[in-house]
Amino acid sequence: MRTTARRALVSVGFAAGLPALLVAAWALATQGTTSLYFPSPARVAQAFTRTWLAPETITGDVLPSLARFGIGVLLSIVIGVVAGTAIGATPWLRALLEPMLEFFRAIPPVVLVPVLMLLLGIDDTMKLAVIVSGSVWPVLLNTIEGVRAMDPVLTDTSRSYRVRGALAYRYFVLPAASPQIMAGIRLCLSIGLILMVISEMFASSSGLGYQIVYFQRQYMVAEMWSGILLLGLVGVVVAAVFQLVERRVLHWYHGSREVARG
Amino acid sequence: MAENTPLLSVRELSKTYPGANGPVEAIGSISFDVHPGELVCIVGPSGCGKTTLLKCLAGLLPPTSGSVMLDGAEVSAPPKKMALVFQEYGRSLYPWLTVRDNVALPLKARGVPRAERLAAVERAVEEVGLAHALDTYPWQLSGGMQQRVAIARAVAYQPEVLVMDEPFAAVDAQTRADLEDLVRRVWKDLGVTVLFVTHDIDESVYLGGRVLVLSSSPTVVQEDLAIDLPAERDQLTTRALPRFTELRTHVYGQIQRAKRGEAVPAVR
Repeated sequence: MRTTARRALVSVGFAAGLPALLVAAWALATQGTTSLYFPSPARVAQAFTRTWLAPETITGDVLPSLARFGIGVLLSIVIGVVAGTAIGATPWLRALLEPMLEFFRAIPPVVLVPVLMLLLGIDDTMKLAVIVSGSVWPVLLNTIEGVRAMDPVLTDTSRSYRVRGALAYRYFVLPAASPQIMAGIRLCLSIGLILMVISEMFASSSGLGYQIVYFQRQYMVAEMWSGILLLGLVGVVVAAVFQLVERRVLHWYHGSREVARG
Repeated sequence: MAENTPLLSVRELSKTYPGANGPVEAIGSISFDVHPGELVCIVGPSGCGKTTLLKCLAGLLPPTSGSVMLDGAEVSAPPKKMALVFQEYGRSLYPWLTVRDNVALPLKARGVPRAERLAAVERAVEEVGLAHALDTYPWQLSGGMQQRVAIARAVAYQPEVLVMDEPFAAVDAQTRADLEDLVRRVWKDLGVTVLFVTHDIDESVYLGGRVLVLSSSPTVVQEDLAIDLPAERDQLTTRALPRFTELRTHVYGQIQRAKRGEAVPAVR
């Protein structure tokens, strides 16, 4: 009992230790500073509460941004997994599409922003399109690879026991590809967050990206830094949630690998 | 029982693979019948196309020519009345499903109602002695236990033909003896027809009511041998019988001849 408590304390110490040290170093370096560009942590913390904890920014900027991120990522996952399983399971479709997919994947989504603005206007549809255009690829390509690499013995098993259609999709194809799919989703999340910010930097009037650019242009440097801090925190929370989900979804995968390692 | 109508009938089955240096003839021409309730073992030298033959029987691979008939109907896709147990137990069970769900999935695919399904699963898992492991994952079990799960899945499926592809090649000798007796018991208890492919000569003689000896590739049936050992088999006493030794020596001789390429097609 005591040892578990101590172990928990140690792991919290490890997780929080380095950030605490960095903030301390930051505080020391900016002590009594008058620099416009590098405010002290206290200044940034003050700007943070004032800017991001105000109800109108929460409802007007933070939540819309998070919603765009969430919907964009969700769309990417659904499109990537559905299209990926179809392409991965159909050899001729794969042969037909794979070179083209590599081509589209290589295009940086940022350069598509003006094109998408022309096509879709400047509202949320455009922003979602920017997010999906970049974050769908890792899910799609990983799903294709995961479905393609399914164990032939398990495929024969499913065929011989006539496990087909929706049942095979749910209990065989998806779980078999899930380790690869989850690796794709991890990448999708980080790309999605970046593109959420970028999509809001162009022709926008709300959102985290918009606010950060606005503060930058107004020389509200502490506020700008606080926005960057918020993005980092969102990233940490997203990663933590992902890890929780991943551990649940892939518990069999981690478990069997642990057994295989002995 | 209509002893004269075969349940499974293989006629001049051949399989040729396209190869880099022209086509490779894996199976020359195989013909044999299996009657309802038989336990037939198939042995042959390694690389004689046992697995190819099995995949053709199971409707997983189309033969180049010839036919497989099950219950009077031509096998062109995996048939409803057949269950398979593969050699690679570690790869034929779904690692993301528990033992219970692994055994239940084929029944679910067949549309067996839930309550009936769960009862059938529990019966089958009990039959193979794994009632305590229903809610564990396959990878938490030993190799022999995993193969028992695969057998339970086949048993729960209630097939007319149970096809086993070298199922015990990858388990240790003691587990293997237990599993052999399990197959005999399941065969007797359920009255199912069993087709058991192995490369182990002793195993084929110990288990089978009949042994088909295959030649090396291009494969034909070299001999169709009836095993006239007592029906009640026992690892100690049966294997000590002089007749057991005679039969295994005979099969061994046939396999050696097959390896040297002195293929003599069975006359029977």
